Amino acid sequence: MTRAGLVLSLLALVTASIVVRAAYLQLVHKDFLQEQGDERFLRVVEVPAHRGMIVDRNGEPLAVSSPVDSIWAEPKAFLEQHARWPQLAAALGMTAADLEKKLAPDIERQSVNEKPRQFVYLRRHLAPDEARRVLQLDIPGVYAQREYRRYYPDAEVTSHLLGFTDIDDVGQEGLEKTFDTQLRGIPGQKRVIKDRLGRIVEDVENIQSPQPGRKLTLSIDRRLQYQSYRALKAAVMEHNAKAGSAVIVDVKTGEILAMVDQPAGNPNNRADLKSDLLRNRAVTDAYEPGSTVKAFTIAMALESGKWAPASLVDTRGPLRIGRYRVRDVHNYGTLDVTHIISKSSNIGTTKIALSLPAERLWKVFKDIGFGALTGLGLIGEQPGVLRHFNKWGGEIGHANHSFGYGFSVNMLQLAQAYTVLAADGVRRPLTILKRQEPLDPALERRVLPAKVTQQVRAMLEQAVTSQGTGAKADVPGYRVAGKTGTVHKSIGGRYAKNRYFSLFAGMVPASDPRLVMVIIVDEPKGGAYYGGTVAAPVFGRTMGGVLRILNVTPDDMPTMKIAGADQSVVRTAP
Amino acid sequence: MEQNDNGKLFKLIHLDVPLLLGLLAVSGLGMIVLYSAGQQNMDLVLGQGMRLGLGFVIMLALAQAPPRYFRLWSPWIYLAGIALLLAVMAVGDISKGAQRWLDLGVIRFQPSEIMKLAVPMMMGWFFAEKPLPPRWLHLLGGVLITAIPFVLIAEQPDLGTALVVGSAGAFALFLAGLSWIIMFGLALLLGAAIPLFWTFIMHDYQRQRVLTFLNPESDPLGTGYHIIQSKIAIGSGGIYGRGWLNGTQSHLDFLPEGSTDFIFAAFSEEFGLVGACLLLALYFFIIARSLYMAAGAPDTYTRLLAGSLTLIFFLYAFVNSGMVSGLLPVVGLPLPLFSYGGTSLVTIMAGFGILMSVYSHRRTPTR
Repeated sequence: MTRAGLVLSLLALVTASIVVRAAYLQLVHKDFLQEQGDERFLRVVEVPAHRGMIVDRNGEPLAVSSPVDSIWAEPKAFLEQHARWPQLAAALGMTAADLEKKLAPDIERQSVNEKPRQFVYLRRHLAPDEARRVLQLDIPGVYAQREYRRYYPDAEVTSHLLGFTDIDDVGQEGLEKTFDTQLRGIPGQKRVIKDRLGRIVEDVENIQSPQPGRKLTLSIDRRLQYQSYRALKAAVMEHNAKAGSAVIVDVKTGEILAMVDQPAGNPNNRADLKSDLLRNRAVTDAYEPGSTVKAFTIAMALESGKWAPASLVDTRGPLRIGRYRVRDVHNYGTLDVTHIISKSSNIGTTKIALSLPAERLWKVFKDIGFGALTGLGLIGEQPGVLRHFNKWGGEIGHANHSFGYGFSVNMLQLAQAYTVLAADGVRRPLTILKRQEPLDPALERRVLPAKVTQQVRAMLEQAVTSQGTGAKADVPGYRVAGKTGTVHKSIGGRYAKNRYFSLFAGMVPASDPRLVMVIIVDEPKGGAYYGGTVAAPVFGRTMGGVLRILNVTPDDMPTMKIAGADQSVVRTAP
Repeated sequence: MEQNDNGKLFKLIHLDVPLLLGLLAVSGLGMIVLYSAGQQNMDLVLGQGMRLGLGFVIMLALAQAPPRYFRLWSPWIYLAGIALLLAVMAVGDISKGAQRWLDLGVIRFQPSEIMKLAVPMMMGWFFAEKPLPPRWLHLLGGVLITAIPFVLIAEQPDLGTALVVGSAGAFALFLAGLSWIIMFGLALLLGAAIPLFWTFIMHDYQRQRVLTFLNPESDPLGTGYHIIQSKIAIGSGGIYGRGWLNGTQSHLDFLPEGSTDFIFAAFSEEFGLVGACLLLALYFFIIARSLYMAAGAPDTYTRLLAGSLTLIFFLYAFVNSGMVSGLLPVVGLPLPLFSYGGTSLVTIMAGFGILMSVYSHRRTPTR
């Protein structure tokens, strides 16, 4: 029968064509198709690297990275699961409307027949067990990704200094930004088998292990940071001030032991990440230093040989310079150089400064680091303005510079300057990182004679006695040397009438200074505004605790006090 | 056939041993593959085993009935089927966008399945006493018998089943000895009808399937996804395959419908070209044996019926493997005896039951 024959041959033909087709796919195109198949399930995924810890000089953690999981969605699959959105939203701590908002662009794209995106974060940084609960819902198109979140145990106490990282763990401010390359790890890669839903079924091979970031050891001492923060905050609150900063430097090594600011925000709470709350004012803001620089004007004068601590100056005022007048708060009559410092006489300082060329004063200011960046690499450091003496504007400019007006410095520069005084005239580079080995002597530079600095320190010690302006910086058991400053705020090029910066710069123990601390309080309100009233107590309160913590031998025990008092009875009649 | 004791036993229960062995081999292999393709879910395999068991029981039962009963019942079954199709249109359940199911409270079933058997039966009944090759008027009758259920089913829409039913009618006409000229003319007519068919009968998703077949890469993430994934799975098998339980594409869920319509791809990935050839050889054997049995039919009714049923099986097997390997557009036809689920399995086994009855009762004409 021909029809049966036809059917049989058709059967044979069709069978053969399927066999040929199979052979074509499985022999000829095998490699291509296998590769295509592998591409569908073999994936290279990134293995996140741990960001390096930031620790203080004693190894206490200041910034740590803890593992978190971020939940993300593949919109194409996820949009089909609309019925389960409320369930997911609840597990994510959101509402279905929030999800709707996050996927709005994809819903719109689908409505105009475009492909949705491939990847949308639903919720970043969930604790691992929360993320596990979300994944257990097993909603198609919802995945987790391992990340690390930065955590700052000391929160606002260190926030200005450390800065913060963004949600992708990249340093955005402060030391996190300065040392980002060191702190940041190198993510690794591994090849995995993933199923269609993107779940990792099996690890195939490790292409590259993640390299965790390196640990950063700061010169900061967490305990000192805390002491100074507490004292500064108390002062800022007590005087209802706008802001404040304080810096403590180790005289022997140039290491910064504490650096605090007010107001402060908690970097662990992203809502607090406002630039105003996290600005490191100690370096980003420059101020006219006011009377605190009289110490250097006097040092310059003593170095010239033209003046001695006991040289007398008539300070009756006002002192006319051209059309300007220089005034003192009180009329002190005739003072010796020591008391010009301890009473903080503008007239006396001006007379001494004007007896010598402006260039000398300018050179001392430059030598102690004014007008130049400290070079610590802190983000946003403002070097301040120190003009060349030719541009000071004649005698009145010279006079202004001698008592701290007409130029500006940041608090770190002021701390550095006082460290020179404390270190017998040797300038050492500052550092924010712990010195792992002793400072190379080649980096030290003598900028003032040791004798001069010792004389100035003795005068600064007088300023902190009950007779001086800085009496409240006193630390029981220790000899303190320091200088107050009360600076009219310059607003829009004019000096505002009742707005001040209150400053104090000091060192302790005065017999062999180990620590220098500078404090500034911005715009104290409510009557008290003198540096001696507002800033000096911060020094006293901080150092009271700090010297005990560091176990510094007291140099002002009762017996010594008598001996010391005998030596320093240089009282002049007012 | 050998006339030993076993032969006698099988003759007594009207079963054809070679065909039975072929069917058992394919369905046994199918269960093994299903275990792997179904993510080693034993429930799936047991479910399939139950359904196969039911199929074999129905086959055995139908094999006992002499073909004259089928002939007697043919018009009634056909009319009942048409009535059920109309009922589906009126009150059927909608599932996956198509109205195919009739819910009788206890069981839900697709009346279109009945038509796969009823159309060949009706065609056999209609041409049984007519002069062959058929006259023009008779030809028209045959076309109507086929066209009515075809249109009803295509409207559900269920293009796959409609094509099977339509083909069953065409096979019957072909076996009835329709002259080559007329067949050629009908083919031309059908070709001319394709644009009409495209515009008026086909649904959007069906048109999309054809377009995708013509160029699957045009929409690799959408409708072309099935066929691309399927080709990748087959090609990944190579000559010897990745081995049982080692198929990547089906196990990682990249192969869609890997245990149902696309099980051939899952099988080919694990058993390679060697396995694919073996399976095709088994199908070839079953079809060839069935054709041999149909050729032995004693009269027009049984010959048309048995032949059409065989060709339906043929159609299933090769439309499915052609579709999965990218030779044909994606039409939702399962691989018979191999794919998981589908009421079509029971229908197909019933068809083999009728075939065995015809062969076993070949000495007794239906009239």
